[in-house]
Amino acid sequence: MHAYANPTRFLSLARPLTPFLLFGGIAMVAIACIWGLLATPAERLQGDTVKIIFVHVPMAWLGMAGWSGIAIASISELIWRHPLASHAARAIAVPGALFSLLCLVTGSIWGRPAWGTWWVWDGRLTSMLVLFFLYLAYIVLANETGKGRGQSRIAAIFGVVGIVNLPIIRFSVEWWETQHQGTSINILGKSTIDPLYLWPLLISAVGFSLLFGAIVLMRMRASLAQTKVDARLKRMAAE
Amino acid sequence: MKAKHQRLTLALLAVVALVGAGLLAAYALQDQASYFYTPSDIVEQKPAPGTAIRLGGMVEEGSIQRSADGVTVQFVVMDAGARQKVTYTGITPDLFAEGSGVVADGRLDANGIFGAETLLAKHDENYIPRELEGIDMTSGKHKTETLVQ
Repeated sequence: MHAYANPTRFLSLARPLTPFLLFGGIAMVAIACIWGLLATPAERLQGDTVKIIFVHVPMAWLGMAGWSGIAIASISELIWRHPLASHAARAIAVPGALFSLLCLVTGSIWGRPAWGTWWVWDGRLTSMLVLFFLYLAYIVLANETGKGRGQSRIAAIFGVVGIVNLPIIRFSVEWWETQHQGTSINILGKSTIDPLYLWPLLISAVGFSLLFGAIVLMRMRASLAQTKVDARLKRMAAE
Repeated sequence: MKAKHQRLTLALLAVVALVGAGLLAAYALQDQASYFYTPSDIVEQKPAPGTAIRLGGMVEEGSIQRSADGVTVQFVVMDAGARQKVTYTGITPDLFAEGSGVVADGRLDANGIFGAETLLAKHDENYIPRELEGIDMTSGKHKTETLVQ
């Protein structure tokens, strides 16, 4: 891991990896969407609205995975002063916020026909909305407190504190009675979702993950390039 | 101790304390953060008639009775331990079916019948294709025994 603490070495890896993630992600998402929309049967109670799951669930997972990434980057910034950590955390924040928002929007669109309401203030929906607000707060905080594009200790601490919300989102449907249904997909035990839905969902989740990775790498490269530009401008001004 | 190790210890302690505090807070919220009362909660806590509460549970098989006016529906909401009679006037959501979950806002009347003002369907964690269940949406039966694993 520390071998890639060097931005030059990181860039030599990130540059060829970006198109691989981007086009691989687009291809997998396309396959999953076509499969999911055209080749899966209507669900017993929900009918065709079940198909929104192929976007909704990957968005929810990646929204949460994104904050885990911010927290890991923040910890390595605080402890090891990893030079790429603040770039990584900032790069994750924007797609993380976007994916969380898409999770809320697609969920709301599903909730209207399935539940009979666009929104309820239950544990799951509220904690997911809080995650979206945490992302917005992180973006503002990182932009306002970092000197130029440099590190911000306050943003890093905020990134670590925010992980409190992740187990709350995950277990909200088990701790409390909620409008939202319980967990359907278990890695260890039996999943209560039919394989006909599970396979396109997993492909879609991997595809969106690759896309998320591509966005993060592109944003990190742009952010590193900007740092270089800033440094060069500063040198030129001093000469 | 090197500064790096000091920061590592401090950060680990902070994370443990934070997550611990979060879990404790969530545990303390157990009752307040629940979105609805189950029929067992009503038996246990006996909310006064007329207070606004939210009730959630399963619609009992064979309990849905539609009145002659076409918009009033009576049914029984149950959980593992108790049953609660409910009456509702209005259009029911698509997923409202016997054996399926429901969440209703309303109040208990003097006879212990729950008068619902809004009615939401609750989906469960099972996702089963219609063909495999062999039932259509209108009858909407819900048999977990026949679940395709």
